[in-house]
Amino acid sequence: MATQQSPSPAAATSVAHVKREGPKFSWIVPLVYIVFLMIPIYWLVVISFKSNFEVMNSFSIIPQDPTLRNYKVILTDSSWYLGYVNSITYVLMNMVISLLIALPAAYAFSRYRFVGDKHLFFWLLTNRMAPPAVFALPFFQLYSAFGLIDTHIAVALAHCLFNLPLAIWILEGFMSGIPKEIDETAYIDGYSFPKFFIKIFIPMIASGIGVAAFFCFMFSWVELLIARTLTTTSAKPISAIMTRTVSATGMDWGVLAAAGALTLIPGVLVIWFVRNYIAKGFALGRV
Amino acid sequence: MNKTWNNKAWFLVLPAFIVVAFSAIIPLMTVVNYSVQDTFGNNEFFWAGTEWFKEILDSDRFWSSLGRNLMFSFIILVIEIPLGIFIALNMPRRGIGVPICLVTMAMPLLVPWNVVGTIWQLLCRSDIGLLGYALARIGIQFSYASDPLHAWITVVAMDVWHWTSLVVLLSYAGLVSIPDAYYQAARIDGASRLSVFRYIQLPKMKRVLLIAFLLRFMDSFMIYTEPFVATGGGPGTSTTFLSIDLVKMAIGQFDLGPAAAMSLIYFLIILLLSWIFYTVMTSSDAET
Repeated sequence: MATQQSPSPAAATSVAHVKREGPKFSWIVPLVYIVFLMIPIYWLVVISFKSNFEVMNSFSIIPQDPTLRNYKVILTDSSWYLGYVNSITYVLMNMVISLLIALPAAYAFSRYRFVGDKHLFFWLLTNRMAPPAVFALPFFQLYSAFGLIDTHIAVALAHCLFNLPLAIWILEGFMSGIPKEIDETAYIDGYSFPKFFIKIFIPMIASGIGVAAFFCFMFSWVELLIARTLTTTSAKPISAIMTRTVSATGMDWGVLAAAGALTLIPGVLVIWFVRNYIAKGFALGRV
Repeated sequence: MNKTWNNKAWFLVLPAFIVVAFSAIIPLMTVVNYSVQDTFGNNEFFWAGTEWFKEILDSDRFWSSLGRNLMFSFIILVIEIPLGIFIALNMPRRGIGVPICLVTMAMPLLVPWNVVGTIWQLLCRSDIGLLGYALARIGIQFSYASDPLHAWITVVAMDVWHWTSLVVLLSYAGLVSIPDAYYQAARIDGASRLSVFRYIQLPKMKRVLLIAFLLRFMDSFMIYTEPFVATGGGPGTSTTFLSIDLVKMAIGQFDLGPAAAMSLIYFLIILLLSWIFYTVMTSSDAET
């Protein structure tokens, strides 16, 4: 008896030892990583508060003579700030279109088998994998033919190419986590399909919808090549305005940095909203 | 989950099918159309057969872009996947640290891709950049605009900065899904840290790591905006990857035929690779 008991306290102490050692040092790794992530962003923000003279002629870790001039340039010139409005407009349009269409499709994939389902699912996914560079030129011609060039809806529809498959993939993952018995019980209780879907099913996968919306937002917000190709003036996204305006009269580093810093804000806001689901969301609902 | 066979489900999929088909099939047919024709302007087209495909497959330009792109994908996968796993293993599992880590780590993913290029340009320039200036002070002339090696370091560092978080978040999602009972069992067996990782954590992360691998490979294989803004594909062609080369050819030189042929070859490579990955992934889905 005594010989049997003796290993367990020893094991317990060693476990306790490991447990104490773990949290003690392991926080250094994420900390170093976060510092690495933040340095470039910090530098962007610092430059955005400097005047161009200071940027070019002196070097300091913090702005010596902080100025809001760069932000003033952007927020008072409509050709600048409308870029943000344009970007947000087509991103939101894309998000709504993608989700509305992806919800029924994802339900079909998660609940039913039908002719060509696997091929269709794979084909949808290949569009997520398609290089935007391949599609840039034909998109321009396609949307010109429909007279949609330089409209928000054109960019929103074009971004569906990669966002819709992704939204279907994510939602399908979350929906497959809901037992099928729920559907069946609801039908027995006399719910019609639309009523069941809206009243019962959608609230159950609300977090999945949030995550899918986040991803649609993310990939539409960061994309430049297609958005730039399909717009000329009135729907031009902020990212395209940045690449165009800045090199006109030499490099206006301060304004460039300020414009860049402002593009970070929507991203931070949406991350904050989905922070509790973000890890599961990145696993596309498949953990 | 065993699914019922029901062909009416097509009605639910139909809107998605139509929208994606509109955005995918019509442009793809345009590309196919261009790839087999020649034009001298004025919208007059002549049948060119497989000429453009031969030209592309015989050109050093295509193969060197492809080589550079494969090299780039290989380097960033070798760095990002192990690094991401390592960081995820050391992340806190509860407490205030969790949301802080998740939110700050997800930040680079939400930065528009051209702004990523701008950020790294601002960081690495030797006259105004924090990194470039610091390196110059200790005697290293860092110039991504003239030295191909420095350009590569910049592009790889930029991608690691931009995308490692994706691997971290995926691995973390896999890790937190492991029930405590597994760890308790390992403790009772007196398993070492390494064997806990090898026999508990790694198998549980397999699926999410496959997703991470797939996404990272695909996205690095079609990278365009970040290196285009940061290095412009230079110096020379040293950081000209497939997409940059393609856009240069299609929009810069307006060589529609060769560009279309290259698009198709490029797309076929991606299609083949995604099919392999997809098969691997679904077969591992079936296992679990």
